[in-house]
Amino acid sequence: MSTNLTPATHPLPSSPAKAATDYWDLRLYVAGQTEHSVHAFDNLNKICEQHLAGKYRIEVIDLLRDPKLARGDQIVALPTLVRKLPEPIRNHGVAPRPRFLAIAQ
Amino acid sequence: MNTQAMETRAKANPELAKCRTGIRGLDEITNGGLPQGRPTLICGAAGSGKTLLGMEFIVRGVREFHEPGVFMAFEETEQELTENVAALGFDLPELIRSQQIALDHVHIERAEIEETGQYDLEGLFIRLGAAIASIGAKRVVLDSLEALFSSLPNEAILRAELRRLFRWLKTKGVTVVITGEQGEKTLSRHGLEEYISDCVIFLDHRVVNQVGTRRLRIIKYRGSAHGTNEYPTMIDEGGLSVLPISSLGLDYSVSQQRISTGVPQLDAMFGGQGWFKGSSVLVSGTAGTGKSSLAAAFVDAACRREERCLYLSFEESPAQILRNMGSIGFDLGQWVDGKRLHFHSVRSSLFGLEQHLVAIHKLVREHCPDVVIVDPVTNLTSVGNNSEITAMLTRVIDYLKMEGATTLFTSLTGGGRPDEQTDVGISSLMDTWLLLRNVEADGDRTRLLYILKSRGMDHSSQVREFRLSQRGIAVLDAKQRAGQ
Repeated sequence: MSTNLTPATHPLPSSPAKAATDYWDLRLYVAGQTEHSVHAFDNLNKICEQHLAGKYRIEVIDLLRDPKLARGDQIVALPTLVRKLPEPIRNHGVAPRPRFLAIAQ
Repeated sequence: MNTQAMETRAKANPELAKCRTGIRGLDEITNGGLPQGRPTLICGAAGSGKTLLGMEFIVRGVREFHEPGVFMAFEETEQELTENVAALGFDLPELIRSQQIALDHVHIERAEIEETGQYDLEGLFIRLGAAIASIGAKRVVLDSLEALFSSLPNEAILRAELRRLFRWLKTKGVTVVITGEQGEKTLSRHGLEEYISDCVIFLDHRVVNQVGTRRLRIIKYRGSAHGTNEYPTMIDEGGLSVLPISSLGLDYSVSQQRISTGVPQLDAMFGGQGWFKGSSVLVSGTAGTGKSSLAAAFVDAACRREERCLYLSFEESPAQILRNMGSIGFDLGQWVDGKRLHFHSVRSSLFGLEQHLVAIHKLVREHCPDVVIVDPVTNLTSVGNNSEITAMLTRVIDYLKMEGATTLFTSLTGGGRPDEQTDVGISSLMDTWLLLRNVEADGDRTRLLYILKSRGMDHSSQVREFRLSQRGIAVLDAKQRAGQ
């Protein structure tokens, strides 16, 4: 995989046990099926298949259908990708960039 | 007060609908409340009362006007807000449970965020829209949008979305209150006033001479005449109170009715009838001349007539007053128990003049007294200079006259000063001026009194001796003066 990544920008899990957990639980929050959200989902899928084959799950939550779900993960910006596992981080915009998956290495 | 005038003015401007806040005094100075269906910006420093104002707007909106409201909190949690308003008697959890208030705490942890592409703040719109729809809200508070500036790094997106937010809110038909932290060069730190042009209110909170002072100022209210003054404001267990000083004028009605001074021989000196009901009386003198005793006599007589009295004491505690007056035969305790007499004792140095003014307003509204005693007014020099005190007392007197209360102020003349100098120069504001003096002669101290003025009536010009004893106050006949 890419070697010119800077892992320092994404702190690695501290304990070895966590590092071994490479199951990714992802939630993509969108507001309806817009060009942007569909594009974001497609790209995300592609990247996950490429780097995390079989070790991931993407749940798409359309807030237009169920607005109440925005509160739980404190969603304000859309689209947002929330990584529930491992260690939570969130990405607004979700442009597919390699460094997002630095920790996959 | 003046609700009729308010309604008339509101009707005169039908296109300018207003949303009543229920906050004491605020609806008066805005001539009916905040602009309905539009956003109002409340800015001020930390601790100036912005969140409280927002909360009162929502809670009173439910309780007094039956309008559900949404409170979107960006800083305080539901728990914190609940605790803060519990002291005001607001049961926030209950109001939320009964679906009259929707509260959404928005928290964005900066460290958790990674911006990786284009995004908008539709999530905020969705949450707000859902909250409004869930209870049919007519009022919304956003406290404080400025938190978004520290959480979201892309200011360009944020500002564009804020513009969109305010356009969107107008379509929702809700009256919105936005709070903003005071900026150094701008009204709000992030310039929210750029987006809110309908109404901007500033809450000022400063400390002068160790005393905190609160003032409210309407910076802008488009389409509505508003006072441009700073209005004294107070925050206490009743919430926020604003003093609508612009409603004070010299147009109060006067009474021809006379009431007893409490000392029959003194009544005789006032044309045989005593003072005018609703007039203002000044009793001045050096220390120990008997000013408070005369005040007590007046109060005692009023209570016997089944009138209500408010005794504002800046020097002695109620217990002290009761004891001291008991020694001259006045049992004021019975009137306290019977709820006809209410004492309010506070060190004048505890609050600024504005707060004293607001406190007096509140007490008078609460107790509706026929008689108000302020004993002594001269203590206020600890929190203001003479011209400030005169200004404040003018407002007090005007207000009390409008309410039809008869007022008695005691004023301490400093030792060695001419008797006719009142420290705070208020004698011209008073209708009646009674001067008390002690003279020493042959090793004896004699108490004297005389009337300097009493507008609108015949009064005695004699200097008379009076005595305090366990039987009360007795004014001696002119010929009873020793040595005459």
